[in-house]
Amino acid sequence: MEIKGLAEVLAAQPLFAGLSTETMSFLESCAKNEVFEAGVFLFKAGGQADRFFLLREGDVALELQIPGRARLTVQSVHPGHVVGASWMLPPYSWRFDARALTAVRATSIDATCLRRKCDDNPALGYEVFKRFLPILADRLQAARVQLVDLYAPPGEIGRAG
Amino acid sequence: MNDAAAALAEQGGDPGLVPRPFEVVGTRRELDDVVTLELAPLDGQALTFLPGQFTMLYLPGIGEIPISISGDPARPERLVQTIRSVGAVSEACCALQPGARIGVRGPYGRGWPLEAALGRHLIVLAGGLGLAPTRPIVTWALENRSKLAGLHLLYGARTPDAVLYPTQLLGWAGAEAANVMVTVDRHSDQWSGRVGVVSDLVPELPFDPALGTAMVCGPEVMMRFSLQALEGWGMAPAQMYVSMERNMKCGIGWCGHCQLGPHLLCRDGPVLAAPQVSDLIGVWEL
Repeated sequence: MEIKGLAEVLAAQPLFAGLSTETMSFLESCAKNEVFEAGVFLFKAGGQADRFFLLREGDVALELQIPGRARLTVQSVHPGHVVGASWMLPPYSWRFDARALTAVRATSIDATCLRRKCDDNPALGYEVFKRFLPILADRLQAARVQLVDLYAPPGEIGRAG
Repeated sequence: MNDAAAALAEQGGDPGLVPRPFEVVGTRRELDDVVTLELAPLDGQALTFLPGQFTMLYLPGIGEIPISISGDPARPERLVQTIRSVGAVSEACCALQPGARIGVRGPYGRGWPLEAALGRHLIVLAGGLGLAPTRPIVTWALENRSKLAGLHLLYGARTPDAVLYPTQLLGWAGAEAANVMVTVDRHSDQWSGRVGVVSDLVPELPFDPALGTAMVCGPEVMMRFSLQALEGWGMAPAQMYVSMERNMKCGIGWCGHCQLGPHLLCRDGPVLAAPQVSDLIGVWEL
Protein backbone atom coordinates (compact mmCIF):
# COMPACT_ATOMS: atom_id res chain seq x y z
CA MET A 1 0.00 0.00 0.00
CA GLU A 2 1.26 3.43 -0.88
CA ILE A 3 1.94 5.64 2.14
CA LYS A 4 1.28 9.32 1.61
CA GLY A 5 2.13 12.22 3.83
CA LEU A 6 -0.62 14.46 5.14
CA ALA A 7 0.42 17.38 2.98
CA GLU A 8 0.21 15.21 -0.12
CA VAL A 9 -3.15 13.78 0.90
CA LEU A 10 -4.64 17.20 1.55
CA ALA A 11 -3.20 18.69 -1.62
CA ALA A 12 -4.89 15.93 -3.64
CA GLN A 13 -8.33 16.80 -2.24
CA PRO A 14 -10.50 18.73 -4.70
CA LEU A 15 -12.11 20.27 -1.62
CA PHE A 16 -8.91 22.15 -0.89
CA ALA A 17 -7.80 22.93 -4.44
CA GLY A 18 -6.48 26.45 -4.87
CA LEU A 19 -5.99 27.25 -1.19
CA SER A 20 -2.86 29.17 -0.27
CA THR A 21 0.28 27.45 0.96
CA GLU A 22 -0.25 29.07 4.35
CA THR A 23 -3.79 27.71 4.61
CA MET A 24 -2.70 24.25 3.52
CA SER A 25 0.02 24.28 6.18
CA PHE A 26 -2.57 25.25 8.74
CA LEU A 27 -4.94 22.48 7.61
CA GLU A 28 -2.07 20.03 7.84
CA SER A 29 -1.52 21.07 11.43
CA CYS A 30 -5.20 20.27 12.16
CA ALA A 31 -5.18 16.93 10.31
CA LYS A 32 -4.31 13.39 11.16
CA ASN A 33 -4.69 10.01 9.49
CA GLU A 34 -7.07 7.54 11.04
CA VAL A 35 -7.89 3.91 10.46
CA PHE A 36 -11.16 2.15 11.30
CA GLU A 37 -11.87 -1.53 11.12
CA ALA A 38 -15.08 -2.73 9.51
CA GLY A 39 -18.01 -2.29 11.88
CA VAL A 40 -16.39 0.45 13.95
CA PHE A 41 -18.16 3.80 14.29
CA LEU A 42 -16.40 6.92 13.08
CA PHE A 43 -18.90 8.84 15.17
CA LYS A 44 -22.30 8.39 16.75
CA ALA A 45 -25.38 10.59 16.73
CA GLY A 46 -25.40 13.03 19.62
CA GLY A 47 -21.64 13.03 19.97
CA GLN A 48 -19.58 16.17 19.69
CA ALA A 49 -18.92 17.04 16.04
CA ASP A 50 -15.33 18.00 16.60
CA ARG A 51 -13.90 16.82 13.28
CA PHE A 52 -14.74 15.72 9.79
CA PHE A 53 -13.23 13.05 7.60
CA LEU A 54 -11.83 12.90 4.11
CA LEU A 55 -12.44 9.32 3.13
CA ARG A 56 -9.42 7.81 1.36
CA GLU A 57 -10.21 4.11 1.35
CA GLY A 58 -13.20 2.01 2.31
CA ASP A 59 -16.91 2.63 2.62
CA VAL A 60 -18.92 4.27 5.38
CA ALA A 61 -22.65 4.06 6.12
CA LEU A 62 -24.50 7.04 7.52
CA GLU A 63 -27.06 5.43 9.76
CA LEU A 64 -29.97 6.22 11.97
CA GLN A 65 -31.01 4.16 14.95
CA ILE A 66 -34.73 3.92 15.44
CA PRO A 67 -35.84 2.19 18.63
CA GLY A 68 -37.53 -1.10 17.86
CA ARG A 69 -36.36 -1.14 14.27
CA ALA A 70 -33.29 -2.33 12.47
CA ARG A 71 -30.50 0.15 11.91
CA LEU A 72 -31.36 2.29 8.88
CA THR A 73 -28.70 3.30 6.36
CA VAL A 74 -29.69 6.61 4.83
CA GLN A 75 -26.64 6.94 2.62
CA SER A 76 -23.33 5.25 1.99
CA VAL A 77 -20.18 7.28 1.51
CA HIS A 78 -17.17 6.24 -0.54
CA PRO A 79 -13.53 7.18 -1.21
CA GLY A 80 -13.12 10.80 -2.20
CA HIS A 81 -16.16 11.87 -0.19
CA VAL A 82 -16.36 13.99 2.93
CA VAL A 83 -17.88 12.38 6.00
CA GLY A 84 -19.47 14.75 8.47
CA ALA A 85 -20.87 18.24 8.10
CA SER A 86 -22.35 18.80 11.54
CA TRP A 87 -19.10 20.44 12.64
CA MET A 88 -20.14 23.54 10.69
CA LEU A 89 -23.29 24.47 12.56
CA PRO A 90 -24.22 24.80 16.23
CA PRO A 91 -24.74 22.83 18.37
CA TYR A 92 -21.88 20.93 16.68
CA SER A 93 -23.25 17.49 17.40
CA TRP A 94 -23.55 14.55 15.02
CA ARG A 95 -27.03 13.95 13.59
CA PHE A 96 -26.31 10.44 12.32
CA ASP A 97 -24.05 7.52 13.10
CA ALA A 98 -21.17 6.88 10.72
CA ARG A 99 -20.09 3.23 10.64
CA ALA A 100 -17.26 1.71 8.66
CA LEU A 101 -18.67 -0.91 6.27
CA THR A 102 -15.18 -2.04 5.33
CA ALA A 103 -11.72 -1.22 6.59
CA VAL A 104 -11.47 2.55 6.32
CA ARG A 105 -8.55 4.91 5.95
CA ALA A 106 -9.44 8.55 6.38
CA THR A 107 -7.84 11.87 7.11
CA SER A 108 -9.64 13.75 9.85
CA ILE A 109 -9.56 17.49 10.32
CA ASP A 110 -9.89 18.94 13.78
CA ALA A 111 -13.07 21.01 13.44
CA THR A 112 -12.61 23.01 16.61
CA CYS A 113 -9.25 24.12 15.35
CA LEU A 114 -10.65 24.94 11.90
CA ARG A 115 -13.68 26.81 13.27
CA ARG A 116 -11.43 28.96 15.43
CA LYS A 117 -9.25 29.76 12.46
CA CYS A 118 -12.31 30.60 10.35
CA ASP A 119 -13.58 32.93 13.08
CA ASP A 120 -10.22 34.67 13.21
CA ASN A 121 -9.94 34.86 9.44
CA PRO A 122 -13.37 35.50 7.85
CA ALA A 123 -11.91 35.33 4.35
CA LEU A 124 -10.76 31.78 5.05
CA GLY A 125 -14.08 31.02 6.73
CA TYR A 126 -15.95 32.21 3.65
CA GLU A 127 -13.71 30.10 1.44
CA VAL A 128 -14.22 26.98 3.56
CA PHE A 129 -17.99 27.44 3.70
CA LYS A 130 -18.13 28.04 -0.06
CA ARG A 131 -16.41 24.71 -0.54
CA PHE A 132 -18.69 22.85 1.81
CA LEU A 133 -21.92 24.41 0.58
CA PRO A 134 -22.05 22.34 -2.66
CA ILE A 135 -21.52 19.19 -0.61
CA LEU A 136 -24.43 20.12 1.64
CA ALA A 137 -26.58 21.10 -1.35
CA ASP A 138 -25.81 17.81 -3.12
CA ARG A 139 -26.77 15.82 -0.04
CA LEU A 140 -29.98 17.80 0.40
CA GLN A 141 -30.84 17.19 -3.25
CA ALA A 142 -30.03 13.49 -2.93
CA ALA A 143 -32.25 13.20 0.15
CA ARG A 144 -35.10 14.89 -1.70
CA VAL A 145 -34.68 12.63 -4.71
CA GLN A 146 -34.75 9.61 -2.42
CA LEU A 147 -38.04 10.93 -1.04
CA VAL A 148 -39.45 11.09 -4.57
CA ASP A 149 -39.29 7.29 -4.68
CA LEU A 150 -38.06 7.20 -8.26
CA TYR A 151 -38.79 3.55 -8.86
CA ALA A 152 -42.22 3.21 -7.32
CA PRO A 153 -44.05 0.55 -9.34
CA PRO A 154 -46.56 2.12 -11.72
CA GLY A 155 -49.29 0.22 -9.88
CA GLU A 156 -48.76 2.49 -6.91
CA ILE A 157 -49.43 5.62 -8.93
CA GLY A 158 -52.10 4.35 -11.33
CA ARG A 159 -52.66 1.22 -13.36
CA ALA A 160 -51.46 1.05 -16.92
CA GLY A 161 -50.44 -1.36 -19.68
CA MET B 1 -43.07 -11.93 -43.55
CA ASN B 2 -45.89 -14.32 -42.71
CA ASP B 3 -48.87 -15.12 -44.96
CA ALA B 4 -51.21 -12.62 -43.36
CA ALA B 5 -48.59 -9.89 -43.56
CA ALA B 6 -47.87 -10.74 -47.18
CA ALA B 7 -51.58 -10.66 -47.98
CA LEU B 8 -51.98 -7.31 -46.30
CA ALA B 9 -48.92 -5.96 -48.08
CA GLU B 10 -50.38 -7.04 -51.41
CA GLN B 11 -53.47 -5.04 -50.60
CA GLY B 12 -51.37 -1.99 -49.87
CA GLY B 13 -51.59 -2.36 -46.11
CA ASP B 14 -48.64 -2.10 -43.80
CA PRO B 15 -47.22 -5.48 -42.87
CA GLY B 16 -45.81 -3.92 -39.76
CA LEU B 17 -49.27 -3.96 -38.21
CA VAL B 18 -49.76 -7.71 -38.37
CA PRO B 19 -48.42 -9.67 -35.41
CA ARG B 20 -46.19 -12.64 -36.07
CA PRO B 21 -46.84 -15.76 -33.99
CA PHE B 22 -44.19 -16.61 -31.40
CA GLU B 23 -44.01 -19.39 -28.86
CA VAL B 24 -42.92 -18.97 -25.29
CA VAL B 25 -39.87 -21.21 -24.88
CA GLY B 26 -38.73 -19.96 -21.50
CA THR B 27 -39.85 -17.86 -18.57
CA ARG B 28 -37.95 -16.46 -15.65
CA ARG B 29 -39.40 -14.62 -12.67
CA GLU B 30 -37.00 -11.73 -12.07
CA LEU B 31 -38.89 -9.91 -9.29
CA ASP B 32 -42.25 -10.34 -7.60
CA ASP B 33 -43.94 -8.45 -10.43
CA VAL B 34 -41.40 -8.83 -13.23
CA VAL B 35 -41.01 -11.76 -15.62
CA THR B 36 -38.68 -12.33 -18.56
CA LEU B 37 -40.09 -14.21 -21.52
CA GLU B 38 -37.97 -15.99 -24.07
CA LEU B 39 -39.80 -16.27 -27.36
CA ALA B 40 -39.13 -18.21 -30.54
CA PRO B 41 -40.68 -17.27 -33.91
CA LEU B 42 -43.01 -19.94 -35.22
CA ASP B 43 -42.20 -18.90 -38.78
CA GLY B 44 -38.52 -19.56 -38.08
CA GLN B 45 -37.52 -16.03 -39.07
CA ALA B 46 -35.23 -14.45 -36.47
CA LEU B 47 -36.30 -11.05 -35.17
CA THR B 48 -33.17 -8.98 -35.62
CA PHE B 49 -33.13 -5.78 -33.60
CA LEU B 50 -31.00 -2.90 -32.47
CA PRO B 51 -30.42 -2.32 -28.75
CA GLY B 52 -33.11 0.08 -27.56
CA GLN B 53 -35.83 -1.01 -29.97
CA PHE B 54 -39.17 -2.36 -28.77
CA THR B 55 -41.89 -4.72 -29.93
CA MET B 56 -45.66 -4.77 -29.54
CA LEU B 57 -46.73 -7.93 -27.73
CA TYR B 58 -50.25 -9.09 -28.53
CA LEU B 59 -52.51 -11.48 -26.65
CA PRO B 60 -55.76 -12.09 -28.54
CA GLY B 61 -58.81 -10.97 -26.63
CA ILE B 62 -56.75 -9.10 -24.05
CA GLY B 63 -54.72 -6.46 -25.84
CA GLU B 64 -51.35 -5.26 -27.00
CA ILE B 65 -48.48 -3.51 -25.18
CA PRO B 66 -45.09 -2.07 -26.10
CA ILE B 67 -42.14 -3.83 -24.45
CA SER B 68 -38.44 -3.11 -24.87
CA ILE B 69 -36.23 -5.91 -26.09
CA SER B 70 -33.81 -6.99 -23.39
CA GLY B 71 -31.99 -9.84 -25.09
CA ASP B 72 -28.70 -10.21 -26.89
CA PRO B 73 -28.74 -8.54 -30.32
CA ALA B 74 -26.24 -11.17 -31.48
CA ARG B 75 -28.85 -13.90 -30.76
CA PRO B 76 -31.90 -12.73 -32.72
CA GLU B 77 -33.30 -16.25 -32.95
CA ARG B 78 -34.52 -15.80 -29.37
CA LEU B 79 -36.60 -12.74 -28.53
CA VAL B 80 -36.14 -11.82 -24.87
CA GLN B 81 -38.52 -9.38 -23.21
CA THR B 82 -38.70 -8.38 -19.56
CA ILE B 83 -42.17 -7.34 -18.47
CA ARG B 84 -43.55 -5.74 -15.31
CA SER B 85 -47.09 -6.68 -14.43
CA VAL B 86 -48.92 -3.37 -14.19
CA GLY B 87 -52.14 -3.93 -16.16
CA ALA B 88 -54.33 -6.51 -17.85
CA VAL B 89 -52.04 -7.29 -20.80
CA SER B 90 -48.76 -7.23 -18.92
CA GLU B 91 -50.28 -9.34 -16.15
CA ALA B 92 -51.39 -11.91 -18.71
CA CYS B 93 -47.95 -11.83 -20.38
CA CYS B 94 -46.27 -12.44 -17.04
CA ALA B 95 -48.51 -15.47 -16.48
CA LEU B 96 -47.55 -17.14 -19.79
CA GLN B 97 -45.93 -20.56 -19.57
CA PRO B 98 -43.66 -22.39 -22.03
CA GLY B 99 -45.65 -23.55 -25.03
CA ALA B 100 -48.01 -20.56 -24.99
CA ARG B 101 -48.43 -18.48 -28.14
CA ILE B 102 -48.10 -14.72 -28.37
CA GLY B 103 -48.24 -12.22 -31.22
CA VAL B 104 -45.28 -9.95 -31.85
CA ARG B 105 -45.02 -6.86 -34.03
CA GLY B 106 -41.81 -5.03 -34.64
CA PRO B 107 -39.08 -4.30 -33.81
CA TYR B 108 -39.89 -0.62 -33.81
CA GLY B 109 -38.23 2.67 -33.07
CA ARG B 110 -34.74 4.08 -33.08
CA GLY B 111 -32.27 2.30 -30.85
CA TRP B 112 -29.26 3.50 -28.91
CA PRO B 113 -26.66 5.23 -31.12
CA LEU B 114 -23.88 2.79 -30.32
CA GLU B 115 -21.61 4.29 -32.94
CA ALA B 116 -21.55 7.49 -30.86
CA ALA B 117 -19.70 5.60 -28.13
CA LEU B 118 -16.94 4.14 -30.30
CA GLY B 119 -13.55 5.14 -28.98
CA ARG B 120 -15.13 6.74 -25.93
CA HIS B 121 -16.14 5.81 -22.39
CA LEU B 122 -19.65 4.41 -22.60
CA ILE B 123 -21.77 5.15 -19.53
CA VAL B 124 -24.94 3.12 -19.17
CA LEU B 125 -27.02 4.77 -16.47
CA ALA B 126 -30.10 2.77 -15.62
CA GLY B 127 -32.72 2.84 -12.91
CA GLY B 128 -35.26 0.22 -11.89
CA LEU B 129 -36.66 -1.67 -14.84
CA GLY B 130 -34.62 0.63 -17.10
CA LEU B 131 -31.90 -1.99 -16.96
CA ALA B 132 -33.96 -4.16 -19.33
CA PRO B 133 -33.76 -1.86 -22.38
CA THR B 134 -30.12 -1.11 -21.62
CA ARG B 135 -28.99 -4.70 -21.15
CA PRO B 136 -28.51 -5.14 -24.93
CA ILE B 137 -26.13 -2.15 -24.83
CA VAL B 138 -24.01 -3.84 -22.18
CA THR B 139 -24.05 -7.11 -24.08
CA TRP B 140 -22.99 -5.33 -27.25
CA ALA B 141 -20.37 -3.32 -25.41
CA LEU B 142 -18.80 -6.39 -23.83
CA GLU B 143 -18.61 -8.02 -27.23
CA ASN B 144 -17.06 -4.87 -28.69
CA ARG B 145 -15.04 -3.85 -25.65
CA SER B 146 -11.86 -3.17 -27.65
CA LYS B 147 -13.69 -0.46 -29.58
CA LEU B 148 -14.49 1.48 -26.40
CA ALA B 149 -12.23 3.43 -24.07
CA GLY B 150 -14.27 2.19 -21.12
CA LEU B 151 -17.59 0.66 -20.10
CA HIS B 152 -19.35 1.93 -16.99
CA LEU B 153 -22.71 0.66 -15.75
CA LEU B 154 -24.37 2.78 -13.09
CA TYR B 155 -27.54 1.14 -11.82
CA GLY B 156 -30.00 2.21 -9.17
CA ALA B 157 -32.93 0.32 -7.69
CA ARG B 158 -35.53 1.07 -5.09
CA THR B 159 -34.44 -1.66 -2.66
CA PRO B 160 -32.04 -4.62 -2.74
CA ASP B 161 -35.00 -6.89 -3.49
CA ALA B 162 -35.80 -4.82 -6.57
CA VAL B 163 -32.40 -5.14 -8.22
CA LEU B 164 -32.98 -6.55 -11.69
CA TYR B 165 -30.73 -9.27 -13.16
CA PRO B 166 -28.62 -9.54 -9.97
CA THR B 167 -26.67 -12.58 -11.15
CA GLN B 168 -25.78 -10.90 -14.42
CA LEU B 169 -24.78 -7.70 -12.59
CA LEU B 170 -22.45 -9.71 -10.40
CA GLY B 171 -20.95 -11.33 -13.48
CA TRP B 172 -20.41 -7.98 -15.16
CA ALA B 173 -18.96 -6.53 -11.96
CA GLY B 174 -16.55 -9.44 -11.72
CA ALA B 175 -15.36 -8.91 -15.27
CA GLU B 176 -12.53 -6.45 -15.62
CA ALA B 177 -14.11 -5.27 -18.85
CA ALA B 178 -16.76 -3.22 -17.04
CA ASN B 179 -16.93 -0.81 -14.14
CA VAL B 180 -20.23 -1.63 -12.43
CA MET B 181 -21.71 0.47 -9.65
CA VAL B 182 -25.03 -0.47 -8.06
CA THR B 183 -26.91 1.55 -5.48
CA VAL B 184 -30.29 1.31 -3.79
CA ASP B 185 -32.47 4.08 -2.44
CA ARG B 186 -33.45 2.11 0.65
CA HIS B 187 -31.24 -0.46 2.23
CA SER B 188 -32.10 -3.69 4.01
CA ASP B 189 -30.13 -5.64 6.58
CA GLN B 190 -28.84 -8.04 3.94
CA TRP B 191 -27.47 -5.25 1.75
CA SER B 192 -23.85 -4.25 2.19
CA GLY B 193 -23.61 -2.21 -1.00
CA ARG B 194 -24.17 1.43 -1.75
CA VAL B 195 -27.15 3.39 -0.49
CA GLY B 196 -28.13 6.58 -2.29
CA VAL B 197 -29.56 7.79 -5.55
CA VAL B 198 -28.05 6.59 -8.82
CA SER B 199 -27.26 10.10 -10.06
CA ASP B 200 -24.86 10.49 -7.11
CA LEU B 201 -22.60 7.90 -8.72
CA VAL B 202 -21.82 10.13 -11.70
CA PRO B 203 -19.10 12.29 -10.10
CA GLU B 204 -17.22 9.14 -9.15
CA LEU B 205 -16.60 8.17 -12.77
CA PRO B 206 -12.83 8.04 -13.19
CA PHE B 207 -12.31 9.93 -16.44
CA ASP B 208 -12.72 13.29 -18.11
CA PRO B 209 -16.43 13.95 -18.86
CA ALA B 210 -15.45 15.14 -22.32
CA LEU B 211 -14.44 11.57 -23.15
CA GLY B 212 -17.78 9.98 -22.29
CA THR B 213 -21.09 9.15 -23.95
CA ALA B 214 -24.05 8.38 -21.68
CA MET B 215 -27.13 6.27 -22.35
CA VAL B 216 -29.79 6.75 -19.71
CA CYS B 217 -32.94 4.74 -19.09
CA GLY B 218 -35.38 4.58 -16.22
CA PRO B 219 -38.35 6.41 -14.79
CA GLU B 220 -38.57 9.86 -16.34
CA VAL B 221 -37.90 11.68 -13.09
CA MET B 222 -34.79 9.56 -12.55
CA MET B 223 -33.58 10.40 -16.06
CA ARG B 224 -34.16 14.11 -15.43
CA PHE B 225 -31.97 14.08 -12.33
CA SER B 226 -29.41 11.88 -14.05
CA LEU B 227 -29.08 14.28 -16.99
CA GLN B 228 -28.63 17.14 -14.51
CA ALA B 229 -25.93 15.16 -12.71
CA LEU B 230 -24.12 14.35 -15.95
CA GLU B 231 -24.23 17.97 -17.04
CA GLY B 232 -23.11 19.13 -13.59
CA TRP B 233 -20.22 16.70 -13.85
CA GLY B 234 -19.18 18.39 -17.09
CA MET B 235 -20.61 16.23 -19.85
CA ALA B 236 -21.97 17.95 -22.95
CA PRO B 237 -25.73 17.31 -23.44
CA ALA B 238 -25.04 16.26 -27.02
CA GLN B 239 -23.27 13.18 -25.62
CA MET B 240 -26.27 12.08 -23.57
CA TYR B 241 -29.10 9.89 -24.81
CA VAL B 242 -32.34 8.85 -23.11
CA SER B 243 -35.04 6.30 -23.82
CA MET B 244 -38.44 7.92 -23.44
CA GLU B 245 -41.64 6.06 -22.68
CA ARG B 246 -45.15 6.99 -23.69
CA ASN B 247 -48.35 5.16 -24.51
CA MET B 248 -47.33 3.53 -27.77
CA LYS B 249 -50.15 1.95 -29.77
CA CYS B 250 -49.45 1.55 -33.49
CA GLY B 251 -45.66 1.50 -33.23
CA ILE B 252 -45.16 3.13 -36.61
CA GLY B 253 -46.03 6.78 -36.10
CA TRP B 254 -49.59 6.70 -37.38
CA CYS B 255 -51.81 7.04 -34.37
CA GLY B 256 -50.12 9.79 -32.36
CA HIS B 257 -50.67 8.19 -28.96
CA CYS B 258 -46.99 8.45 -28.07
CA GLN B 259 -46.48 12.06 -29.10
CA LEU B 260 -44.03 14.02 -26.98
CA GLY B 261 -43.89 17.57 -28.28
CA PRO B 262 -42.73 17.29 -31.90
CA HIS B 263 -41.65 13.66 -31.49
CA LEU B 264 -43.66 10.50 -32.12
CA LEU B 265 -41.68 8.30 -29.78
CA CYS B 266 -42.50 5.00 -31.45
CA ARG B 267 -41.04 6.28 -34.71
CA ASP B 268 -38.59 9.07 -33.76
CA GLY B 269 -37.61 7.44 -30.47
CA PRO B 270 -37.78 5.87 -28.02
CA VAL B 271 -34.10 6.82 -27.87
CA LEU B 272 -33.50 10.54 -28.30
CA ALA B 273 -30.52 12.79 -27.72
CA ALA B 274 -30.82 14.81 -24.54
CA PRO B 275 -31.02 18.17 -26.38
CA GLN B 276 -34.12 16.85 -28.20
CA VAL B 277 -35.99 16.40 -24.93
CA SER B 278 -34.36 18.86 -22.54
CA ASP B 279 -37.26 21.31 -22.92
CA LEU B 280 -39.87 18.54 -22.76
CA ILE B 281 -38.69 16.23 -20.02
CA GLY B 282 -40.45 17.08 -16.81
CA VAL B 283 -43.16 19.21 -18.42
CA TRP B 284 -46.24 18.28 -16.46
CA GLU B 285 -48.71 18.51 -19.35
CA LEU B 286 -46.62 16.22 -21.58
